[in-house]
Amino acid sequence: MNRPLNCLLEGLGECSWGFPEAPALDSFVRDNMKITLKDLTKKFPGRSRRESGVTAVDCLNFEIQDGELISLLGPSGCGKSTTLMMICGLLTPSDGQIFFDEEDVTALPPEERGVGVVSQNYALYPHMTVLKNITFPMGNLKGKDRLSREEMNARAMEAARLVQIEALLDRRPAELSGGQQQRVAIARALVKKPRVLLMDEPLSNLDARLRLQTREEIRRIQKETGVTTIFVTHDQEEAMSISDRIVVMKAGLMQQAGKPQDVYDDPVNLFVAKFLGTPPVNVFSGEIRSGQLYLDGDDSPIFPLDCDDRKVWAAIRPEGFALDPEGPLKLALRGIEVMGRDISVLSGHPAFTGETIRSIIPSVENWRGIDSAGGSVRFSLHPGKTYCFDRESEERII
Amino acid sequence: MEYRNRRAWLYLLPAFAFLLVFLIYPLFDAAVYSLQEGYNSASQSYYGVGLYNFSYILHDTYFLQAVKNTFLMVIITVPISTGLSLLIAFALSSIQGLKKLFQTIFFLPYVTNTLAVGLVFMILFKKTAYTDGLVNLLITRLGGTAVDFIDGPYWARMFVMCFYIIWVVMPFKILILTSALASVDTNYYNAARVDGTSAGRIFFRITLPMISPTVFYLIITGFIGAFKEYSDAVALFGTDLNKAGMNTIVGYIYDMLYGDSGGYPSYASAAAILLFLIILTITVGNLLSSRKAVVH
Repeated sequence: MNRPLNCLLEGLGECSWGFPEAPALDSFVRDNMKITLKDLTKKFPGRSRRESGVTAVDCLNFEIQDGELISLLGPSGCGKSTTLMMICGLLTPSDGQIFFDEEDVTALPPEERGVGVVSQNYALYPHMTVLKNITFPMGNLKGKDRLSREEMNARAMEAARLVQIEALLDRRPAELSGGQQQRVAIARALVKKPRVLLMDEPLSNLDARLRLQTREEIRRIQKETGVTTIFVTHDQEEAMSISDRIVVMKAGLMQQAGKPQDVYDDPVNLFVAKFLGTPPVNVFSGEIRSGQLYLDGDDSPIFPLDCDDRKVWAAIRPEGFALDPEGPLKLALRGIEVMGRDISVLSGHPAFTGETIRSIIPSVENWRGIDSAGGSVRFSLHPGKTYCFDRESEERII
Repeated sequence: MEYRNRRAWLYLLPAFAFLLVFLIYPLFDAAVYSLQEGYNSASQSYYGVGLYNFSYILHDTYFLQAVKNTFLMVIITVPISTGLSLLIAFALSSIQGLKKLFQTIFFLPYVTNTLAVGLVFMILFKKTAYTDGLVNLLITRLGGTAVDFIDGPYWARMFVMCFYIIWVVMPFKILILTSALASVDTNYYNAARVDGTSAGRIFFRITLPMISPTVFYLIITGFIGAFKEYSDAVALFGTDLNKAGMNTIVGYIYDMLYGDSGGYPSYASAAAILLFLIILTITVGNLLSSRKAVVH
């Protein structure tokens, strides 16, 4: 228990946080841990006999490795927060099991799971100073784990330094900015050395600039402590930038799990393709005929495909378009937005499902000629950025 | 700015005028009466000016009894009723099923007439020629000796009085505290639970500080209400409270004005001014201590 004290004595410079070469030194993590969800299901009963219940999470199966940062990503109501609540123990699963390493924790109350939670509104106790807030969880330790006031303060200092709020310890939460409150919440979650850190939309109360900064900060803290972290968000950009792996959910069902780039490049269905990426993927109704992809209303094929004839959704990433005067895809030009690093070509097509087709072209390409092409623009398509989904099942074909 | 200020004062004027006429002027008037010796409201005359009225009531055993009674009621009923209400409100907010039913039951006394409650208390406690009352029946059944709670020893009468006051003031406090408890964000409880905080520590370190403004509001208004206690005593002991030995300060003031021994507005005013000063002192003390203890 005096490891944090050693850390203090050794001073700032020597303090290392769970780096592989100094594993014995003051990591905030008791031990890294793998989390396994097995057939995890949560059903909420209907309010009356006539009203059927809601299945918030449906048979969720996946593993989170030691020290991994994983994001649960999906629109609101997809069950990602419910999953988090079940992992931390505040909700009891209707079915299925949760394992921390080999231990089945499904029936354990939250306090025995060793989890740290950062919630969306941080839940900092408004009547306590920052220091009191951070030491509060340690005051619950009993028996041999019991800490003296000095040890608690030392550990709180250690956590405060990790999230860089040493100067704010005497303030009340109301006197802090959103970003600072966020850091205090993280320090409070880390101070009892949790086996796993759970974050429920921790950035959604921050403004855009702060969100960017704080998510880098969270990534840094997570890397330094090596704590296994589950991060819930509806913001795909946030999830992609911060995570080792993302789990995309919809209506209680896991859609896809994998490294952010893999999921982005290789979506299993139309939902995942549409959910990831800004600007979003461009979806057209189309058809496969004798090994060629036709957009509805077009006479000429735009892309060769090795696939049976059927009706499809054709989805093209904005960066999947290449300006090509001889290209097979002809779109009605609506305008050009110049953004410096690249340009975005706005166009339309009768088969397009949205308002405006947006294609991103690096500004190094010679694009100045396209205005004079008589109201239309021609593209060829990058193979890896064009996907086809079955019209009915919306599953990926190619 | 000047214009907006003037407009603000204009809006305040109606309320301010009523306060002036019906509260501030009477208070001032009572202060004047309390200094006029032997004031007669019929002839509008008095003998002299001085502190004799105060000296008289401070030597009046009835007044001293009333002060003693009132202070006892305040000291006993305010902490017990507030504490019990807090317990009940906490229990009410913790139960799952039938919450609304229990909340309604606990609020019922509030919509019941004071005198009706008094009647029920009579049945419970009063000794008559035919029965010793329900409570005495219980006491004798349990092997004790019957006590006359209404006409018996002082402690028994004070017990019934306090019991009654607590019973009457609790519903309102429970109502206010239940809503205060409901307004505490469950996120705090979730965070505390995940950290393994015991129920007791959650209550004293999180819940209580969070609702402390409400608790102090209830304590302050509870003190004021208990100092102004009168009608509950009448409901239990009838209008001749001096004879029952259960008079309160407000009761004494009433008796001096209109009672059988009435017709002494100067003494009544002196007592009223003393009551005012007592309540003022206690309330200021309460506010000062709340400033330290309450977290806003």
